[in-house]
Amino acid sequence: MRIEDHPILGRAERGRRITLTVDGNPVVAFEGEPIAAALLAGGHRVFRYTAKRREPRGLFCALGRCTDCVMTVDGQPNVRTCVTPARDGMIVQTQVGRGKWGGRGGGGKRKG
Amino acid sequence: MARKTEIAVVGAGPAGMAAAIEAGRAGARVIVIDENQRPGGQLFKQIHKFFGSEAHRAGTRGVQIGLDLLREAEEAGVATLLDTVVYGIFSDRCLGLAREHHTEELEADAVILATGASENALAFPGWTLPGVMGAGATQTLIHIHRVLPGKRALMVGAGNVGLIVSYQLLQAGAKVVAVVEGLPAIGGYGVHASKVRRAGVPILTGHTVLRAEGREGVERAVIARVDENWKPIAGTERTLEVDTICLAVGLSPLAELAWMAGCEFRYIPALGGWVPLHDGNMETTRKGIYVAGDLAGIEEASTAMEEGRLAGLAAAQSLGHLTRERGEKKKGEVHKRLAALRMGSFGEGRAISKEQILQARETV
Repeated sequence: MRIEDHPILGRAERGRRITLTVDGNPVVAFEGEPIAAALLAGGHRVFRYTAKRREPRGLFCALGRCTDCVMTVDGQPNVRTCVTPARDGMIVQTQVGRGKWGGRGGGGKRKG
Repeated sequence: MARKTEIAVVGAGPAGMAAAIEAGRAGARVIVIDENQRPGGQLFKQIHKFFGSEAHRAGTRGVQIGLDLLREAEEAGVATLLDTVVYGIFSDRCLGLAREHHTEELEADAVILATGASENALAFPGWTLPGVMGAGATQTLIHIHRVLPGKRALMVGAGNVGLIVSYQLLQAGAKVVAVVEGLPAIGGYGVHASKVRRAGVPILTGHTVLRAEGREGVERAVIARVDENWKPIAGTERTLEVDTICLAVGLSPLAELAWMAGCEFRYIPALGGWVPLHDGNMETTRKGIYVAGDLAGIEEASTAMEEGRLAGLAAAQSLGHLTRERGEKKKGEVHKRLAALRMGSFGEGRAISKEQILQARETV
């Protein structure tokens, strides 16, 4: 849920409205906000599943330290979504285990 | 060829910015480095009004103090290097920087570490479920990103962070079902506790969270009373319908760079754990390496800024930008203000702990 009006901070100032593709579905985001913020605003809480026990994980520290919120973004695994700004057209995938270059189960070639 | 500067400040929070401003005003060449995209550290999340005297910006919100620091730093000619991680500190005060997919080095005559703190976690069954998060993380989400992580929250910890963030969750439109605190008494200021209580949130002292339940995220929290040995009392369990559990169980200094630099440490629980020893100039046991703010012992933004000023003045003085007389006079004024901040029932413990650090530093 987004906080549009705040008793102390007033109206929210956000960047340009953009769209991310999250596990194949469009999710509204605002340019520059962390991917994680857009996901939570859109009701997504599970960002990845752990390698051994497939347990769900989500945002924990929101500071880029704990790495609990990592996902596969544009084919690159282990991207810290809490400190990575959203850009229009980003492909975001729920990560399983340590993830794979190129996508969740893709094993495609490393970009760049 | 490594880039060179006179003073490198690691961390653009209240301590680092204050240090940079003082050193810059004294005429030193200063670079502040921060891993975030924006400077200001946690100040921009702190929308509550600060306490203390007028000299400590009482009645001013952290956000405004942050803006003022940015402006003052610019006026003092301070350079900032953002989006840059200081991954290491080597001999001769050379910092290893990682930025924009490459690494570089920065050599400095003096280094001021103001790296801050990280939130402590609390392990209980279900604590890894999505929906369990740091209270500071919640604050970041609601104030910086303007997103609510959930609708119904349980706050764990009734220190100042737990109380303030509980109130801020209410302001942002969430419901705070309860605040649980393992200790028999509330740890934070009475003013904050009263505000939370007046808003109808029960503060349950002598209670802890037993577990979080849910499949793909928090759906419930089970809390219970604890005895004086922190053991849950059978039969007192209660289930709360919540989707978010915020942990406000203390902070620990982010001390990696100070360890790497070879600074001597002392374990002081009242200041958050292992803290680098420092003298009245905030200089560690390594010459030319200073610390300030939460890294030098967990306190508050007001004390962090004063410690930063001390470190900035001392570093500038050591490099000849202030005469001894002028430096000592200015630092004396800061010491007085720091002492005032560490008075009273909340500050006294920290004053004693800080004194321990100074004494231990002298015996090294």
